[in-house]
Amino acid sequence: MNSDLLTILLPTLALTGWALLLLLVDLWIPREHKGITAVLAAAGLAAALGLTLSQGRLPAMTDSTVMVISDGYALFLDVLFLASGLAGVALAHEYLKRANIANGEYYALLLFSVAGMMLMAHAYNLILIFLALELLSIPLYILSGINRPRLESEESALKYFLLGAFSSGFVLYGTALIYGATARTDLPGIFAALQSAPVNPVIFILGAVLLLVGLAYKVSAVPFHMWTPDVYEGAPTPVTGFMAVAVKAAGFAVLGRILMAAFPTVGKDLTPILWALAALTMLVGNLAAITQKSIKRMLAYSSIAHAGYLLMALVPFSNRLVNSDVQASLLFYLVAYALTGLGAWAVVTALEKQNGDGLKLEDYAGLGKSHPWLALAMTVFMLSFTGIPLTLGFWGKFYLFRTAIEGGFTLLAVIGVVTSLISAYYYLRVLMYMYMRAGSPSVERAPWLQVTAVAAALAVVLISFIPNVLLNLAGNSLLLLP
Amino acid sequence: MLLSEVSLHDPVFRLAPLVIFLPLAGVILNLLIGRRLGELGAGLIACLAGAGAFAVSAALAFGLKSSPEGAIVLIWRWFQVGNLDLNWSLKVDTLSVTMMLVVSGVGTLIHIYATRYMHSDVRHHHEPGRYTRFFVFFNLFLAAMMVLVSADNFLMLFVGWEGVGLCSYLLIGFWFEGGEGGLGNARAAKKAFVVNRIGDFGLLIAIFIMLGAFGSLEFSRVFAAAPAVTATAPGVVLAITLFMLLGVTGKSAQLPLFVWLPDAMAGPTPVSALIHAATMVTAGVYLVARSQPLFVQAPLAADVVLWVGAITALFAGTIAVGQYDIKKVLAYSTISQLGFMVAAVGMGAVVAGMFHLITHAFFKALLFLAAGSVILALEEADHGHDLQDAQDMRVMGGLRSRLPVTFWTFLIGALALSGLVPLAGFFSKDEILVAAQQKSPAVFIILLAAAFLTAFYMARQVFLVFFGRPRSGAAEHARENPPLITVPLIALALLSIFGGVLNLPGVHTLEHWLEHSLNVTPAKFVLWIALVSLAVLAAAVTLAWLLYGRKPRATAREADPLAARLGGLYRALEARWKVDEFYSWLVVRPFERAAEFLSSIFDLKLINGLGDGLGALVQSLSTAASRIQNGFVRSYTLVFLVGVTAILAYLLLR
Repeated sequence: MNSDLLTILLPTLALTGWALLLLLVDLWIPREHKGITAVLAAAGLAAALGLTLSQGRLPAMTDSTVMVISDGYALFLDVLFLASGLAGVALAHEYLKRANIANGEYYALLLFSVAGMMLMAHAYNLILIFLALELLSIPLYILSGINRPRLESEESALKYFLLGAFSSGFVLYGTALIYGATARTDLPGIFAALQSAPVNPVIFILGAVLLLVGLAYKVSAVPFHMWTPDVYEGAPTPVTGFMAVAVKAAGFAVLGRILMAAFPTVGKDLTPILWALAALTMLVGNLAAITQKSIKRMLAYSSIAHAGYLLMALVPFSNRLVNSDVQASLLFYLVAYALTGLGAWAVVTALEKQNGDGLKLEDYAGLGKSHPWLALAMTVFMLSFTGIPLTLGFWGKFYLFRTAIEGGFTLLAVIGVVTSLISAYYYLRVLMYMYMRAGSPSVERAPWLQVTAVAAALAVVLISFIPNVLLNLAGNSLLLLP
Repeated sequence: MLLSEVSLHDPVFRLAPLVIFLPLAGVILNLLIGRRLGELGAGLIACLAGAGAFAVSAALAFGLKSSPEGAIVLIWRWFQVGNLDLNWSLKVDTLSVTMMLVVSGVGTLIHIYATRYMHSDVRHHHEPGRYTRFFVFFNLFLAAMMVLVSADNFLMLFVGWEGVGLCSYLLIGFWFEGGEGGLGNARAAKKAFVVNRIGDFGLLIAIFIMLGAFGSLEFSRVFAAAPAVTATAPGVVLAITLFMLLGVTGKSAQLPLFVWLPDAMAGPTPVSALIHAATMVTAGVYLVARSQPLFVQAPLAADVVLWVGAITALFAGTIAVGQYDIKKVLAYSTISQLGFMVAAVGMGAVVAGMFHLITHAFFKALLFLAAGSVILALEEADHGHDLQDAQDMRVMGGLRSRLPVTFWTFLIGALALSGLVPLAGFFSKDEILVAAQQKSPAVFIILLAAAFLTAFYMARQVFLVFFGRPRSGAAEHARENPPLITVPLIALALLSIFGGVLNLPGVHTLEHWLEHSLNVTPAKFVLWIALVSLAVLAAAVTLAWLLYGRKPRATAREADPLAARLGGLYRALEARWKVDEFYSWLVVRPFERAAEFLSSIFDLKLINGLGDGLGALVQSLSTAASRIQNGFVRSYTLVFLVGVTAILAYLLLR
């Protein structure tokens, strides 16, 4: 093992080691004090966050075997994953007690999954990407089913697992075909092979498409999205929130890296496919969200819709001129979406009752009167999801659409705008219930949820006044191009 | 940022921003804690804010005495776009400080008066909670007016211009649930706002053209470049000044946009005194005076200003003769006097215009406040609630002995307005008449006729209100108001008596003061003109005495003695020449019909139908999209496979 490898993976390894320790330590922590495990998990995440930030000044580099890479792009995403992990802990602690499933495994599994995500951001080789994907996914299959006696939770876990295994097959198949065509699995190697060596185009494109499909499943792009509403609805709400935000970000992290680092020369073939996926995802996600009665399903479709917007950023991936804008707008939107999404899911978690009630839209009636701060935070999130100014969501969409237009995909941007308009219908309906319908919603006393919601709402509003700062940060977090 | 980059000749100029910030502090304090402090505290804060602004203005005036060239005090770099650099900076020169002194001085007196007046008014309307709100608006008005007069560029001036318009709107509609049918006051406020917006639009266009032609909005730069721009494109400055004039006719209630001011009397009387007599409505006069270097380059526009002012002076004067509402008479009188000022600045007699602006602020504020005192006394004495309208002069009469202080101060105000030597109005009006006589005999005669009407309707008002016998129970039992009401009256009466000292013939204090800011042409004193105007005054008062004083009306219902003598003409005066009806026919009703068409046919049927249809379409699409979601993993994998197949098929077949 060479020293570069260690340096690059230090935060990931530390987190993994901490998660293993946590599994052991948890055995001695009594059931009624699982809060200690939560604090330990949070400490581990915070420590990994500190390690990651301390690496911020490192130059972009790969290890000698070209397995992993460390660059601004990966570090930026690491921070996002770790912060989402912290939010995942904050969301879960009270919920688990309430649902009577306060087991220590939850936190260890969450940490493993985050480690998988970080590995995904750093992976520079298709084999490692596959491994990271599995490391990220398997804990989530378990977490979805952690509310075991509940049928929905079990159903969710099983569906996620079956379809996840199915899609992993595609990733593996794609990797094999690409290897067959180029004899390489490292991304710069594939890039070099495409330019110099004779490559069988049919096999290569077939492999690339299968790889793309496998990852499209992970980010729930239409038509590979069918699992999302069912899994999101059945999984425990904190897990759903974590999945909706962090897994999506991890999927886009690796999708963006493969497309920009390995495939820029085949843009002619892949761009139309990405275009169609983005358009379909935006349309179907937003349209289907309209008729949902359950807030979890509604947000599930909303997360599909946002995957469509994020895909839009990647459509001009092969255009070197707008490459930096592609990255910057992708990362910016991921942050905006993460803050908004985690906050919204925190509110949903706060309103859910022990028996799983409190998830209908009608259950939000009267929230504006009874819990004005929570309702205000939810308002901010809904407006940010819609993309209304004075929220981060507005700037996120603004930069995305600008990237699409700069790349020459005006029609796609128009579709984005029109579907955003449609989305106002179901996002604003939440506000309508909260402020214009009478009701007496019951909200669990859960300080951490409220802290998460209010902090996220503040961030969503305040950063929207200085979007340049975040955009510059995202724009300077460069992805190393071969 | 604060003031750092400006070198000031006198450190006292650094205080200048306080003229805005002190009233603003009053606004904020009263907003936050006014309710809790109660009436005494809220009123005190508001008055102190006004008095503080006056003290600062006075300090600035003393500073200007030693360094009369003044200063530009930068508060804040507002924004910079391309070559355009806009600042929040105050122009401290003799003209702006004169306006500050008038606004804060008269304003403070009116604030003091209002503490007592509003005390009764809010109880009369059974809404004591609104007391604080009134003073929040009042202080906000002071702040906005200070922004207007202290601006050193046209955009900041425009901000103040809009700010005072907003405060005017809020205060006219202060009793928004009152008036005819519960909507009258709100309608009056709306009318004032809309009509003012028409004028503001003109000013805005003027500013846009200015920006295009000069590339700057700063007074000094624009004025310096004016001759050069005129030399290359003479039409530009003409357009700017004419559009500016539209703004002036809106804010200063000149023809054709004067119609809002009489309706604005729906506001509480202190509002009428402060905003609709003494300060805000003179903003147009100030604007023309300030922009004198532009009007010099556009003689045609200056002539239009002159004629608009002169005709308004006469036209409004005729209407005032036929009114019975004590405040409406004063409102039309204000329009008429503003016409004098506008005419003065239009003919280049800027000092005369400013002089009249100052003296008018004294005696017109006095008249309004005294009228308010009458109204208040009547309302308080109206125990049987049999008074339909406490502002109707026909139900008054005989108040001379009952409200002695109010009577004497009102009389002083009326005489000052009519131009009796040596009261303030005599000197200022005389200067305007002299300038008019030199400019054009026609204008001179028009203004002289307006002066005749002024003296006539004021005498009529004095006779109707204070002489004869009381014509209602309320008038019978009216009693003088407490000192908080009468002391400001006395103070303003003193100002109205001695205000002429500001610019006495031969001494010309104001002229020498303002010549640091303006191009002044020295005024002359022409004895025969003074004598003619005094003769006109005597004739008017005699005529009024013959009609109203010799044999005062006995009952409230009697017809006006002029009605029989003038017949149809009088009815036309009474109906205000039907200008409102004409505008309604010309603009309002066609506009309403178009709006009706757009809302009921175009919007409801077409646009709404389109929206509903689209909504239904999206709903059905949505139902279709979620129907595929049947919960079976096998069908999910099927969709997945269909997707993969479709992509591969595309790649094969393209």
